[in-house]
Amino acid sequence: MTSPLEQKKIRIAGTSVVTANRTWDGAVVYRTASKGWSADLSEAAIVRNSDEAKALLAESVADDVGAVGAYIAPVQVGEDGKVEPGNLREQIRRTGVTIGQPAQV
Amino acid sequence: MYAYDEIDRTLVNERVSEFRDQVKRRLSGELTEDEFKLLRLQNGVYLQLHAYMFRVAIPYGTLASNQLRALAHVARKYDRGYGHFTTRQNIQFNWIKLAELPDALADLAEVGIHAMQTSGNNMRNVTSDQWAGVAPGEIEDPRIWSELIRQHTTLHPEFSFLPRKFKIAITASDHDRAAIKIHDIGLRLIKNEKGETGFEVLVGGGLGRTPFIAKTIKHFVHGRDILSYIEAILRVYNQYGRRDNIYKARIKILVHELGIEKFSREVEEEWQHIRNSSLQIDDEVIEDIRSRFTYPAYEKLPHMPDELRQAAADPDFEAWRRNSVAPHKIQGYSIVTISLKPTGKPPGDATAEQMDALADLADKYSFGEIRVGHEQNLALPHVAKRDLPALWKALDKLGLATPNVNLITDIIACPGLDYCSLANARSIPIAQELTRRFANHELANLIGRLHINISGCINACGHHHVGHIGILGVEKNGEEVYQITIGGRADESAALGNLIGPGVKFDEVADVVEDIVEAYLALRERPEELFIDTVKRLGVEPFKERVYATR
Ligand code: HEM
Ligand code: SF4
Repeated sequence: MTSPLEQKKIRIAGTSVVTANRTWDGAVVYRTASKGWSADLSEAAIVRNSDEAKALLAESVADDVGAVGAYIAPVQVGEDGKVEPGNLREQIRRTGVTIGQPAQV
Repeated sequence: MYAYDEIDRTLVNERVSEFRDQVKRRLSGELTEDEFKLLRLQNGVYLQLHAYMFRVAIPYGTLASNQLRALAHVARKYDRGYGHFTTRQNIQFNWIKLAELPDALADLAEVGIHAMQTSGNNMRNVTSDQWAGVAPGEIEDPRIWSELIRQHTTLHPEFSFLPRKFKIAITASDHDRAAIKIHDIGLRLIKNEKGETGFEVLVGGGLGRTPFIAKTIKHFVHGRDILSYIEAILRVYNQYGRRDNIYKARIKILVHELGIEKFSREVEEEWQHIRNSSLQIDDEVIEDIRSRFTYPAYEKLPHMPDELRQAAADPDFEAWRRNSVAPHKIQGYSIVTISLKPTGKPPGDATAEQMDALADLADKYSFGEIRVGHEQNLALPHVAKRDLPALWKALDKLGLATPNVNLITDIIACPGLDYCSLANARSIPIAQELTRRFANHELANLIGRLHINISGCINACGHHHVGHIGILGVEKNGEEVYQITIGGRADESAALGNLIGPGVKFDEVADVVEDIVEAYLALRERPEELFIDTVKRLGVEPFKERVYATR
């Protein structure tokens, strides 16, 4: 789960989305096809090659009032169209810490 | 306790209103993230996986009960009801909203707490022995000197834009609880033949990608010269330090590349220019700081009160006392370590309720004072021995009396992949599983002192290099893999651990640790031979054989 912050080049292997943290509260969000941000992965715009990924990333980075630290993250799209995070890091970002917390909200 | 003066209070309040304005401009889009990032980092605000993280300094690990209550309040009002105490005498909140941060900072400023020097390439908060001022046999309270350095370096322009972050730790005891040998500068308070107070100065320690144990650069620097000497070190660093390559920018790399002899010659030369300047410390300055550290009005109490004698019949109390209670410089008092390592829970976390209750207990039993140590535990520094049984009962009710201080389940772990955006692998779940495996405290006592340290990436926030058993999470083909070292230590005999062999998978780590421990129990010469000493005597081989024989 090499941090995407260390990724220099944009190489994508398969389906990807652009994800970031919402500026005002830091929550995990995904770039949507309608040029907005959503906390719901199923609403994310899916890109399938480097050019699409670059374009989506460029547009996302430009909207840094909405969200910060945008990067490309892998996803898996099931036959039913269901979108799942493509690695453990993104899984944890989506579903939260794996450790139980001493107190919940 | 330390009483801040007007200058500090004004400074802290100004910083809060500045930051409020900056946040407002960020949220309106007037500032871009690129412009804002440096500003937020100057106020301890990072971006993690799920949210912003807010790091608050606890200078030299000393907290007053009202300050702990303020931390509880921030956890409750602005976060998810808990905070995480770190290895650097900081507390981190993991779920803070940027929009609410100025309010959180303002609430903390009311009790003199701030987030300066907790991030960025500047002088970080100076850390010290959590038993400072109460440990028997200490040369003098090291916090006096920590405070002097804090005052000198806070926001000092020359120290605000260093090639990289810079960490100083100070101890004044023979036994080093501040891990000074893994800091950029480590200071050990000593007295010379004339009885004058000064420092052995060590330089170039650090963990991360390229770990080094600090080397002694000068055996004695007089107390009055310590600021000029530190400044000389920093000037040499500023002049030669690598700003071009983040991985080579720490002073440890410079010391290593120049060699300690050449480095110390350069420092010596620089020092001769500035030593007799205004950096020389007047006795009054030190006296003034000393007078701001107040100590409780201790009573004259018996060494062995009846309450303690009676409680000794209770094996549960005794199990806790043996590991958690340490001698105090004043007869009739003790230092009580509070384990933040309950079975199955994340190391170093405390809930708002626990913090509030602990603040009350500190008022009742420890003259309103709490300490934070680098092992991610807390301490009550002035507990009358007669109160130990009552304190234990109260702590137990709060889930804060796990009798495992310094034992195998007293684990240091960084946030890892559950929180940290730099992580390669998870740390906390590994720690949780290990605390379950060794939950039997009798077994843990039989094993004796054994420190396990876990980091989720090579940055080594969890001090894995200097764990008696060190666990480092890496990533291999999208999977979490853990490299295990043994023989590291962070105290006065600091050493880096040695790798025992190929990395193991997430699910195997606890089994491997069990194998290592079983090998140790079979190999130790006598029960008093600590794990770390057995490893020193026999090396890695027998442990390696045991672990990999069946894998
Ligand atoms: C998620 C937030 C964190 C980030 C982004 C972060 C980042 C880093 C980085 C990049 C380094 C390597 C510095 C270098 O070698 O130049 C480092 C080292 C370190 N950090 Fe963290 N860290 C985080 C959390 C923590 C926590 C929770 C602790 C305490 C438990 C901690 C304590 C340390 C220590 C002790 C070191 C190594 C000592 C040294 O400076 O050589 N950090 N951190
Ligand atoms: S060691 Fe790595 S994973 Fe752990 S907190 Fe530090 S930067 Fe994050």
